[in-house]
This record gives sequence, structure tokens and C-alpha cells, in this order.
Amino acid sequence: MIEGILIGLKTALTFQNIFMVMIGCFFGTIIGMLPGLGPMTAIALMIPITYGFDPATGLILMAGVYYGAVFGGSTSSILLNAPGVPGTVATSFDGYPMAQQGKAGKALAIAAWSSFAGGTLATIYLLFLAPSLSKVSLSFRSPDYFALMILGLTAIAAFSSKGQFIKAMMMVVLGLMLASVGQDSLSDITRFTFNNMNLTDGISFVLVVMATFAMSEALTIILKRNDPSAVAKQVSLTELGSIKINKEERTQMLKAIPRNSVIGFLIGVLPGAGATIASFLAYGMERNFVSDEEKAKFGKGSVHGLTAPETANNAACSGAFVPLLTLGIPGSGTTAVMLGALLGFGIQPGPRLYITNPEIFWSVIMSMYIGMVILLILNLPLIPYIARILAVPKNYLIPLILFFSITGIYVMSFNNFDIYLMIGIAVIATFMRLYDFPMPPLILAFVLGGLMEENLRRSLLISDGSWEFLWNRPLTASIISVTILIVSWQVYKTLKNRKI
Amino acid sequence: MNINTTKIISLLFFIFSALYLYTAYNIQVFSFDENSPFNAKTFPIYLGYAGMFFSGLKVILPEVNTIKVDHKSLEYKKTAILVLIAIIYGFTILRVGYFLTTSLFLASSYYALGERRWLWIFLLSFPFVALFMYLLHGVLEIYLRDPFLKLIGVMG
Repeated sequence: MIEGILIGLKTALTFQNIFMVMIGCFFGTIIGMLPGLGPMTAIALMIPITYGFDPATGLILMAGVYYGAVFGGSTSSILLNAPGVPGTVATSFDGYPMAQQGKAGKALAIAAWSSFAGGTLATIYLLFLAPSLSKVSLSFRSPDYFALMILGLTAIAAFSSKGQFIKAMMMVVLGLMLASVGQDSLSDITRFTFNNMNLTDGISFVLVVMATFAMSEALTIILKRNDPSAVAKQVSLTELGSIKINKEERTQMLKAIPRNSVIGFLIGVLPGAGATIASFLAYGMERNFVSDEEKAKFGKGSVHGLTAPETANNAACSGAFVPLLTLGIPGSGTTAVMLGALLGFGIQPGPRLYITNPEIFWSVIMSMYIGMVILLILNLPLIPYIARILAVPKNYLIPLILFFSITGIYVMSFNNFDIYLMIGIAVIATFMRLYDFPMPPLILAFVLGGLMEENLRRSLLISDGSWEFLWNRPLTASIISVTILIVSWQVYKTLKNRKI
Repeated sequence: MNINTTKIISLLFFIFSALYLYTAYNIQVFSFDENSPFNAKTFPIYLGYAGMFFSGLKVILPEVNTIKVDHKSLEYKKTAILVLIAIIYGFTILRVGYFLTTSLFLASSYYALGERRWLWIFLLSFPFVALFMYLLHGVLEIYLRDPFLKLIGVMG
């Protein structure tokens, strides 16, 4: 492992890669601050640029964007009570009241240090857990992978559906259907191309991500007359107050950080869960850990209440890399986008990544830590200035997002058809968003579609067409049982609330 | 049964899944693969049935928390104009070239969204695209076809 860490450090500490982490963190922070635009949009917009670099650099850049976006979301939560990303909603519960009390600088500092500590501790957990899990996952066979993908898709549908499980499952199926367009990987038979040559190679992953996130989010902002910059104009960003944390506050933070980093990391590892669930759970649990006197301060500017979700959401981001790096199965929409980008580089993440491309495996882990340091340096002194970017009018912001999306597709294919297809998918996605059809399950399904079919093919051929492979091995049966539990829980919730 | 837009979308998805399933059954596989436990149409067939199952459930089951969208408050006009500008951009980009079409796309989008400060419109379109193009073409060495710049002799 020491050798791996050194390889990772050597790769991550090159001038180019440090520069990329900085660019990623900076860009991610800006996008994350803007309400409505999340890490997936930020990463999607970066993908075409990453193809100009080697895989390690590309992934390092995307990891920087991911952290930056979650970090940036905290800033708008605290200053504006307008969370940039869902994972920072819980941050606003105590961060915004603190800012209203004239302690915005302190709230930002607590958030920055908590995020740094949460992310750092989670990176250490990842450092120890990932190689061991990689070795364990070498024993995984096709039926296990197939079952794991079913679990991942069911879980993301359950967690991201906001009580609309069936809608989320419809999006999963739609994602798999889109992935089935083009040549069959084994027989080369073309499917669903309708004799259109442009579809022979299938629909580009970048196209789907750009259409369903970047472009669709931009169109939704216009359609709903949202203005990400409107709230920013009401806030005086120059009067943030001191960023110093006193001894008492430091003691409170030191108590909250370790336990919430564990909660965040474990939630992040779970497929489908992520920063949002981690931050809410941490906030709720922290409330139970503290004294009654401190409990009464929750929602009114509690240090514990701010530290807990901030630690957990950053720890969850690191945790989400565990299934991606060790199993090759992303646990969240954001890591699904990263998986798609890696596949574009010709790299198959999974247990063998640790052996075949150790420089990528370790440099990503190491660059996470470097990213944390850079974010801390970036957030503390620069945040009042970065926050001014929030005031960029949507008249400029939206065309620029559309420009980056279309350019991203154009430079990859030099093809009008892809641009039309992207616009078509974006319009449909925008309309579906209005009716709460979630997009992350679609992306995860689209990315996993090919792998899922491949593993189902192998499993069915080995078992001569029998579906017994789902319960023949204890590991497969256990994974399927968890899936059944999630579905049963959703059915129970539905019957209880009559909300399906 | 209360019909709302969610149910209409689900019904459309059901029809789409049925058509997908029909197309999946018609995928031509090799004759030696026809009776194999898994061939090119197996997975799509499962997907077709899954799509029909979930969308069918959504159509049939009662909905308690109906999502209501106030269509009057939505900005359809500007959204449609933006989409149209994007389509025109897609149509002209290969014929005219990246620089001119992208600059015009940005300028017209800013204008469509209500921006009227011409200096900003200009600065964030033509010089911005030139800079971005230099970054892509000059620094990252990503080839950008541009008949217009070729015609006026700026690009080789």
C-alpha cells in the first residue's frame, strides 16, 4: 500500500495535476454555489475538456469539480439560504441563522474546516478500505455483478425518488433502453438504429449527461423563471464578519467531526445514497448526541448543527468512490458520470483497476486529499470574492451553459445529428423534470446498461438460461435479498402513505 | 380514475415501451443464435416488459399527491426561442464554421433573454469565442472545422 500511495502522490503532485485540482475546485465551487446547478452539471460540462488529458488527470479534474461543487453549495446555503446542491440543504438549517446573526464569516469557516476534516478522514478510510475491498471483489462473478447492479439501480431509484419510486424506476428503464441503442457488443447486430448510421455506435454518454443535466437544467431555470443571481443581489457580501473560531466552538467541532465523518462515509459507500442522505442523517443523529441545552440551539445557529452535515456530506463524497473504484459500479449519479468518462478513456474501473492502473487508482485517492487542502485555502480567504460570481445574471449564465453543452458534443463528434439529439433529449428531460421524474436514476442506468447486459448474458449462458443463478451463490442471494428489502420497504411506504 | 399530466406521461411511456418491445422482438439475430439462452434481443425484450410494467402501474394506481404545474407561470416563449436558436446553431455550425455560428448563437441568446447592453453582448460573444477557440484549437489541439475563417484566410 505504501508503494501505491507513493505512486499516487507522484502522479497527483505533478504541476499539471495540482493545477487541474485547483481549476476543478474553483470551477466546481462556482457551479455548486448556483442554486439549481449541481455537481453532475459541473462534471458534465468538464467531460469534453478531460478527453484532452490522460485518464488520471481527467479523473483528478473531475474529482476536484465534485468536491468544489459540494463545498460551493455550502456557501450559498449559509449566505443566501439557497442551497446550491441538495447535499447542503441541511447546512442551511444552522448556517443561515448564524449568518443572520452577523456571523457569516464564522459559519463559512466552520463549514470549511468541517468539510476539510470530514473529507480528510473519509479519504483515510478510503485509503485503507479500498484496496481490501478490491481484493475481496476479485471473487465476484457475473451473477454477483448483475445482482449488484440491480441493487444499485433499485437503491438510487428509492433514494432519489422523493416518494415517487415508480417514476424513478421508469427512468431506470428509460436509461437502460437508451443504452441498448446501437451495436450489440457480442454479435455486432445493430438494435434500434432504424437504419440511421449516426446511431450505430449507440448514443454517446456525454450527450445524455449534457442533455439531461447541463442543458435541461439551463432550460428549466428559464422555463420556471428562476434566477440564481436574484437572491445574491440582496446580500451584502462584504460584511461577512470574522472567520475566527473560538476555543469553545473548536471543542464542539472536534467532538462532532469524527462521528459524522464515519456516518457520512458509510452512507456514501451505499449504492444510491449520497451526500444528501448523509447530511440529513448526520444532522438528525448529532441532535441526539448533544446535551439538551445544545439541542435547543439547533436551527438557531448551532455549531454542532453546522459541523455535522458539512462533515458528513464531504465524507460521503469520498465514500461514493468506494464502489466505483473497487467494484466498477457507481453508487451515485455523480460517480456514474465519472464512470462513463472513465469508460470513454478506455479504462474499466473495478477490482482490477488497483492492479492494472495503480497510478489512476492511487492518484485519485491522493488528489482527493490535495483537493481538500486546496478547497480550504480557496474557501476561507477567497469566498467573499468567489461569492460575487453568484450575482452573474442568468441572461449570461444560461447561454454560456448551453454553449458549453453544445460545444462539448460538437468537439466530440463533429456531427449535427448529435446536437439535434441532445436538444431533443434535453427538451423531453425538461418537461419530465416539471413532473418530478428524477434524472440521476436514468444516468446511472444508462452507464450501467452495457455492463448489466454483459453480466446477464454471461450468467444466463453459464446457467443455460435458468434464472437460478440469482440464488445459487450465497453472495448473489444476499445482494438480491437486500434489493427485495428495498423494494418491500418502498411498497410498505406506498401503502402507508398511498403515495406511489 | 383521475387523469393528470403525470398519468398522460406514463401512458405515453407505456406506448413507447410497447413499441420498443415490438421492435425488440423484430431484431434480426443470427440463425445459430436464435435458440440460445441469450441473444441480442433478450435484454431489450426484458426492458420492454419492465417499461410496460412500471408505466402501467403508474397509470393504474391512484395518485394522492398530484403534482400540479402552473403553466401560466412558465416562460414557454423564451424557452422555445432558446431551443430554436440552438437548433439553428446545430444546423449551421458545420456549414458556416464554429467561430461565427457560436458567436452569433451566444449574442442572439443573450438578446433573447432580455440583455440589451450591446457592449457586453459583443464582449461575451465574439472575443469570448475567439479566446475559447484558441484554447481548444491552439492549446488543447482539438481540431475545429471552420469554413468561414478559412474563407477569410484566418485559419489554414
